Amino acid sequence: MSFETSLEITSELTTADDHGLNLNETELTLGLPGESRGRKLGKKRGLIELKSINDEKNQSNASKASLDDVQLAGWPPVALYRKNMAKNFRFVKVAVDGAPYLRKINLESYGDYQQLQCVLFEIFAYFTVGNYTSDDLEFQNCYKPSFTTETFVPVMHDSFNNSIAQRIKYVSMYEDKDGDWMIVGDVPWMMFVQTCKRIRLMRSSEDINTARRTLSECSVSSC
Amino acid sequence: MALSFPEEVLEHVFSFITSHTDRNTVSLVCKSWYEIERWCRRRVFIGNCYAVSPGIMIRRFPEVRCVELKGKPHFADFNLVPDGWGGYFYPWVCEMSRAYPWLEEIRLKRMVVSDEGLELVSKAFKNFKVLVLSSCEGFSTDGLAAIAANCRNLRELDLRESEVEDLSGHWLSHFPDSCTSLQSLNMSCLSSEVSFSALQRLIARSPNLKTLRLNRAVPLEKLSTLLHRAPQLVELGTGAYSAEARPDVCSNLAEAFSRCKELKGLSGFWDVVPFYLPAIYSVCSRLTSLNLSYATIQSPDVTKIVTQCPNLQSLSVLDYIEDTGLNALSLSCKDLRELRVFPSDPFVADANVSLTEQGLVAVSEGCYKLQSVLYFCRQMSNSALTTIAKNRPNLNCFRLCILEPRAPDYLTLEPLDNGFGAIVENCKQLQRLSLSGLLTDRVFEYIGKRAKKLEMLSIAFAGDSDLGLHHVLSGCDSLRKLEIRDCPFGDKALLANVSKLETMRSLWMSSCSVSLGACKRLSQKMPRLNVEVIDEQGDLDSRPDSSPVEKLYVYRTVAGPRLDMPSFIRNMAQNPTYMR
Repeated sequence: MSFETSLEITSELTTADDHGLNLNETELTLGLPGESRGRKLGKKRGLIELKSINDEKNQSNASKASLDDVQLAGWPPVALYRKNMAKNFRFVKVAVDGAPYLRKINLESYGDYQQLQCVLFEIFAYFTVGNYTSDDLEFQNCYKPSFTTETFVPVMHDSFNNSIAQRIKYVSMYEDKDGDWMIVGDVPWMMFVQTCKRIRLMRSSEDINTARRTLSECSVSSC
Repeated sequence: MALSFPEEVLEHVFSFITSHTDRNTVSLVCKSWYEIERWCRRRVFIGNCYAVSPGIMIRRFPEVRCVELKGKPHFADFNLVPDGWGGYFYPWVCEMSRAYPWLEEIRLKRMVVSDEGLELVSKAFKNFKVLVLSSCEGFSTDGLAAIAANCRNLRELDLRESEVEDLSGHWLSHFPDSCTSLQSLNMSCLSSEVSFSALQRLIARSPNLKTLRLNRAVPLEKLSTLLHRAPQLVELGTGAYSAEARPDVCSNLAEAFSRCKELKGLSGFWDVVPFYLPAIYSVCSRLTSLNLSYATIQSPDVTKIVTQCPNLQSLSVLDYIEDTGLNALSLSCKDLRELRVFPSDPFVADANVSLTEQGLVAVSEGCYKLQSVLYFCRQMSNSALTTIAKNRPNLNCFRLCILEPRAPDYLTLEPLDNGFGAIVENCKQLQRLSLSGLLTDRVFEYIGKRAKKLEMLSIAFAGDSDLGLHHVLSGCDSLRKLEIRDCPFGDKALLANVSKLETMRSLWMSSCSVSLGACKRLSQKMPRLNVEVIDEQGDLDSRPDSSPVEKLYVYRTVAGPRLDMPSFIRNMAQNPTYMR
């Protein structure tokens, strides 16, 4: 039995930042294609930006700082450049049905499906915002034990804030290493990151199985 | 009666003297030598951009062709220097653009460069040849586009480890078809994909290209195409070293590599797929330099490579190499001069790999020419350090980082004073030392007494009292750079050694026990030092003199207090309340 809850459309990028993930590289902005972002890179901050353990008390009495207990600023002395370069990248293309071009995101930037969901929604909203105003769009979360299936459902509201009719549903699908199209959310997150080759937000007013069938029938090159 | 050579003869003699120290010494001999020397000096090195001003440099050396500047303190690499600290290139390039129209080379390290600055470089210097930006920031690929487009005789563009705002890969396409002078290109720090055909064409029309460091976005499948165009390469940095495992692609790559008869250095190797490693085997025997420090490959794969490199002089690697790999290294690479082992998982206290002090001991035993060591590990003992010291008295750089702060000798649970003491006693030419582990004031006594050639010392979480710092400042005759964090060093040692600080380039102390009042007194006593207190809590003006400072950076200067300090940095000479 699925239930729907609506979620605040906020910039979930800050959540990722709290996890110490650097999303600057894939930060999504609503701009015209090809337009320069026109802003400076985020400040040079380490992956773990924390206060120094120092206090005003006598240093010699300070207990042995353990790596497990607290992370020290700038310790161990591995250059920031090196930390950034050592990060893995898992760029996958994201296609939204009806959109004129694709986007690319780095799956390694996200820690779980929640964060991915938010980024996918931003992409979705970007491409569909022409049809609906951002007030009309509501992120509907059809929750099942694993991830969501019919994730993005544009809902129109009348002036009394009653939802009118549900229109088209978008389904988050991904192609795995074997070439099969799967529902986003079926497998554990880490496995998903390792096996996902591309993502598609497929417009479907039908149920999931039809969506799956449709996708496996379409050739890879047309996606 | 003064016998002297004609000026032209002296000038000719001086032209053979290239080291900065020697030229500085020459200029001190007498007034006429000073004059002759300053007119024929072509290369200037400024180790601290705030020690001197652009105007002073230009006034003294009017005919310079090459300038090298360093900005932020070394600890900026580890995020200990707040953003906005300084190190701006623009004021320098502004004045140089007027004074040095024939400037050819600019080398910057840890400076804040801007697109405006790069544009000015590209337009003001008609014969500009070399741009090296090492660990710099503040500019974007637009600035690079200006350099590519306007510098007709560009020989070298090296962006090593800089943080660049990567707007797109289009900048590379700005190199005009007429540009054929490129000898060195390092774009490894950029993430955007450049146009492959533009890159290919650029390489094809650069017959003198010797160094090419690609960025991660250049796919492995296309590497062989590039290598075919540049078989004369001496140093190559690959892009991402992964692709679907296809034997034909691998054999193409292997064949392309085998054509590069001059290849001596390899780097890159991000996202390595071991299937493709054999492609480099044919060049291994010629390699003198190998950087696998981004390659997350396990010990057997790493070992297989290094054991095929008998001429290796410099190796950078992750701790995946493990003790077994280092042992193999010590048996195979007898010409090794420099070893750097980085941690694969620095934030985990438990070892994820089997790399211990034994690996380093083995290398110290087998590699007779080993001079320079950077080693991250999780355990160390006094006996291992003593063994290493006795094996390798020719060490000139020893940087050991035991990941856990204040970790003792894991065998005896004692401090590591004796081990490091052995290092400084045996390695009489030691110029650079980084300490770690549990250390008392005693180690500093040893260092002060024995490390007479030591120029740079890094200390963290060590010592018991001011005595430790005093030993170093009063004993190390050659000390130029001292950087300290989280040590119980304070006012007494600092104020007892004020004159020493003017013989050094700089002193950094953060999270120590230095008081605001001591900083003011130091500044009062030594007017030719900039005593800069960095404190982000925002209430420096109202704090009592007894309160500790967060961070202190002291450096000698002939340029006076700098004018570009952000609000969280104060020069103690300008402190309005210092008379309090």
